[in-house]
Amino acid sequence: MEVTEAVAIDHGLKKEEFSKICKLLKRTPNLTELAIFSAMWNEHCSYKSSRKHLKKMHTKGKQVIQGPGENAGVIDIGDDDAIVFKIESHNHPSFIEPYQGAATGVGGIMRDVFTMGARPIANLNSIHFGSPQHKKTRNLLRGVVKGIGGYGNCIGVPTIAGQTTFDESYNGNILVNAMTLGLVNKNKIFYSKAAGLDKPVIYVGSKTGRDGIHGASMASATFDDKIEEKKPTVQVGDPFTEKLLLEACLELMADNSIIAIQDMGAAGLTSSSVEMASKGNLGIELNLSEVPCREEKMTPYEIMLSESQERMLIVLEKGKEEHAKKIFDKWNLDFAVIGKTTNSKKIELIFDSKKVAEIPIDLLAENAPIYDRPWKKTKLPQKIKFDKDEFKSLKLSDCLKKILSNSNISDKKWIWDQYDHTVMGDTIQKPGGDAGVVRVHGTNKAVAASVDSSALYCFSHPLTGGKQIVCESYRNLISVGSKPIAITNCLNFGNPEKEKNMGEFVECVEGITEASKYLDFPVVSGNVSFYNETKDKGIKPTPTIGGVGLISDYQKMLTMDFKTEGNLVYVIGKTDGHLDQSIFAREILNEKKGPPPTVNLFNEKNIGETVLDLSRKNLIVSCHDVSLGGILTALSKMCIKGKKGIKINSLKGLTNKYEYFFGEDQARYIVEIPKASLKKVNDILNKYSVHFDELGTVNGQSIEYKDDINLPIEELADTHKYWLKKYMDS
Amino acid sequence: MRSSVIIFPGSNCDRDMGVALKKFGFKNQMVWHNDQSIPKSDLIVLPGGFSYGDYLRCGSIASKSKIIKSVIDFANSGGLVLGICNGFQILTETGLLKGILQQNKFLNFICSNVFIKVKDKQNKYFRDLKKDILELHIAHNEGNYFCSDDELKSLEDNNQIAVTYCGEDGTENETTNPNGAIKNIAGIFNNNKNVLGMMPHPERMIDKYLSGEDGSLFFKNILDNFK
Repeated sequence: MEVTEAVAIDHGLKKEEFSKICKLLKRTPNLTELAIFSAMWNEHCSYKSSRKHLKKMHTKGKQVIQGPGENAGVIDIGDDDAIVFKIESHNHPSFIEPYQGAATGVGGIMRDVFTMGARPIANLNSIHFGSPQHKKTRNLLRGVVKGIGGYGNCIGVPTIAGQTTFDESYNGNILVNAMTLGLVNKNKIFYSKAAGLDKPVIYVGSKTGRDGIHGASMASATFDDKIEEKKPTVQVGDPFTEKLLLEACLELMADNSIIAIQDMGAAGLTSSSVEMASKGNLGIELNLSEVPCREEKMTPYEIMLSESQERMLIVLEKGKEEHAKKIFDKWNLDFAVIGKTTNSKKIELIFDSKKVAEIPIDLLAENAPIYDRPWKKTKLPQKIKFDKDEFKSLKLSDCLKKILSNSNISDKKWIWDQYDHTVMGDTIQKPGGDAGVVRVHGTNKAVAASVDSSALYCFSHPLTGGKQIVCESYRNLISVGSKPIAITNCLNFGNPEKEKNMGEFVECVEGITEASKYLDFPVVSGNVSFYNETKDKGIKPTPTIGGVGLISDYQKMLTMDFKTEGNLVYVIGKTDGHLDQSIFAREILNEKKGPPPTVNLFNEKNIGETVLDLSRKNLIVSCHDVSLGGILTALSKMCIKGKKGIKINSLKGLTNKYEYFFGEDQARYIVEIPKASLKKVNDILNKYSVHFDELGTVNGQSIEYKDDINLPIEELADTHKYWLKKYMDS
Repeated sequence: MRSSVIIFPGSNCDRDMGVALKKFGFKNQMVWHNDQSIPKSDLIVLPGGFSYGDYLRCGSIASKSKIIKSVIDFANSGGLVLGICNGFQILTETGLLKGILQQNKFLNFICSNVFIKVKDKQNKYFRDLKKDILELHIAHNEGNYFCSDDELKSLEDNNQIAVTYCGEDGTENETTNPNGAIKNIAGIFNNNKNVLGMMPHPERMIDKYLSGEDGSLFFKNILDNFK
C-alpha cells in the first residue's frame, strides 16, 4: 500500500503531523514505519497535549525512590522495603467490551508493577458509569465487575478497595481505572532503561496475535455511532498466562541477568522497544521473523502494532540466555531472542532477512509533537442563596434515608463480594472502609490505599476540585491510621482540542499540584486519558487519585465502626454548612449549581496531623472522614458498620441543622473516644488549636437527635445496603 | 508433623497455606507439580487457586498432572490428603472424592465469611474439635457441590459429609447456603475419611487481624490428633 496523507489520517495522524514525519525522515515512510509513528505519536503514548502541564506536578520528596517516567512510581517505606504503584485507565476498551476491557486493564497495571521487580500485593479500582436509568449501565457494570474479578481473582492478588459512581455524563463513556501496589526490596528494583551494546533483546510471555491492533489509537479518539466496529481493537486477557509470567519474571529477577525490562502494553512491541532504546540512548535491531506468533502470515505491520497481552521485552546480560530460557520453559512460556541493542540510535526491523523499517529513535520519542493547546479558565460559580424556610418542610430522617440509598452513597457490597479481597492472607481492612489495608508480609508494617475522585466538584470548579480530591485521599488514609506518603493519578478528561475541556485539565492539574505540594504528598506515577467523549458529549472532568499510606504498627490500624457504648463522639474540624454541590442540594433540593466547598490546605494538614497523633497514641478507637453527604451520612455508616446507635447532643449555637448535618465542608473527621482518654484528647486538640464539636455518645440501637431523628440502625442498614443489589436484580 | 503443599501452575493460595502450616508447627515443604514424587509426608495439601487457569473445567487438567499419581497412591495407602477450594475441585476430578463442583447458583464469584457446621468428628481432621460451628472464608466461582442421589445417600450413610454451610446459630437452609450446594455441603470425605475436600479457606483465618481465627483451630486440631 502506498503511504499518502489520507492513509496517515486513517492512522489517526493529523495532516501537519504527517508532513512533519516526512520532513524529519527526509522521505515518505513505508506503511510499517507510518504505523510506528502513529503508535508513538498518538495522545495515549506521547502525552502531546498534557506533557507541558504534567511537568509542573509535584513529584519529589525524601520518600520518593522513583517518580513519573518509569513503568510505575516507587516509594520508600523503611527497612529496605519499597512500594511500587500506579493507576491506569482502560476506559475506551471497557465501553466497547466491558469484560475484556476491564480485565486487561487490571492485567496491564499489574504488569507495570511486577516489571519493576515487585510482587503485586493489592489491587484497587475506580469505576464510573452512566445514569442508573440508562439502558446500557446495568450490563456495563456487570461486565466490568466480572472482568476485574475474573482477572484479579485468578492471579491471586486481593482487591482491597475501590470507588463506584454513577453520573449521566458517563452514559457514552464509562471510566475504568485500575491501580496496583507491589512490594519490592529497594535494592532490587528493575528499570526500563537499556544499557550496553550488542546485548540480547528477549521476548517472553504469550504469543503475538492480531488482537488489539490500533488499541492505542482507538484510545486516543472520540466515539461515534460505529463503536461496535471497534471491538477487534480490544485486547483479550489471559490471567493464567499472566500469573505464570509474574512468577517466571520474579524468578529471573532473583539474580542479575536482567539489564532492563518493559512490559508490552499500549502500542505493544513498538512502544516497549522504542522506550527502552530511547531511555538508554541506544539503537535497537529486531528480527520480527523470530517473534512468536499465534496466527499465520502476520506482517511486520501487525506484529509491531499488536496489543496481545501478557508479553514482556527484556534486555539481558550476554550469556544469560540459556539460564533465562530454562526459567521460562519451566513456566511453559514462550522465550525468543528477537534482537540486540546497537549504537545506531535507530530502530531497525528485519523481516524475512529484509530490512522493513529504519527510524531514528529520537524522531519517535523526543521529536514527538508537543501541543500547547488553548484553554479556558472556569470561573468560580456564585454561591446559591438557599431559601432556608423551604427546608422546614423536610424531615431530617427522610432526607437521611434518601441520601443513604442514593446510588453514589449506597453500599457497594454487591461489587466487592465478587472480588477476592482476602487472598495472600494479609488483608486487615477489607473494601467498604475509608481505605483498604494490607500488611507488609512478615513485618509489623501495613500499607493503606484508597482511590478517590469528585467529578461534581471538579466540574463546578476544576481548581478547587483538583485540590479537594488530593485532600480527600489524604483524609481517607489518615482515617485508617496511616501516614499518607504519595499518590498516583489517573486524569480522565474529555476532548483536549476543546478549550473548555483543556481548561478543566489544566486547572485540575494545578489544584492537584498545589495540594500535593502543601501536604508533602507527591505524585509518583499516573496516566492521562483524553477524548472521553461520544458524539460531542464529554464526561465531567474526573481526575482519580490513588493514595498510599503507611502504618508502622498494624495493630494501631483504625476502622470506622463504632466500638463501645458510652464512648464519646467528636467531630474534629469546623462545620460551616456548605451546601452548594452537596448531595443534599443536588438530590433533595434539586439544586445543581454553586461552587464546591472551599479547601483550606493549612486546616487539612493541621487537622490531619492531629488525628494521626491521636491514633498513634491509641486515644481514639474509630475514625471516619466526613465527605459526601456530610456529618449525618458519615455517622450512619459508623453506626451501621458497628451495629450500634448514637445519641446526638443538642448542639449549642447551631445556625441551621440541615446545613450542619448535610453540609460538605472539608477537613473534618468523626472520632470515637473512650472516656478514659478524653482528657488527653482534649489536651491534644487544644495544643493543635483545632476546632471540634462534642457530637454525642455511642448508645443503643438507633440514631437519635432531639425530636427530629429516631431511626433504628437496622432500618438504616437496609436502606443503605441493598440499593445496588436490588438495582442489579431488577 | 510433615506436610507437603503441591504447587500447580496457577495455584495462588500455595504460599498462604505454607505460611499457615508453618505457623502452627508443621514441617512443610512446597512441591512442584512436575516432580516425580512427593517427599515423605504425613499430610498432603492441594491448595486453592486456578490451576491451569481452570481451563477446560476447574481442576481437570491438574488431575492429570505428573504429581497426581503419587497423591492418589498416598491417599490409597491411608495418608491424609486435604484439598481446599481448587484443591477440592481437583480431588473430585481425580475421583478420590465423589461428585462435582458447579458454578455458583447466582452465577457470581463470592468472597465472604461463612459459618460451617462440622458434621462428623470420627476422623483425623475434626476429632475432639472444641467447636461445632466454625467461621471460615470462601472465595470461589465454582463451589456449588452436586452429586447423584445414590452418591448423596452413600455420603450420608457413611457420614462422609464433613462440613455444611449454616448460619451463626447452626441453621442450615437456603438463606445460609451461599452457592446452592446440595444439602448445603461445603466439604466431604472419601470412604476412609483420610481425604478431605472443602471449599472454605482455613488458611485465611489464622489471626485476629484477619477475617477471624477459626482457621487456627482447624490446623491445631489436625496436629493434636496426630500426636
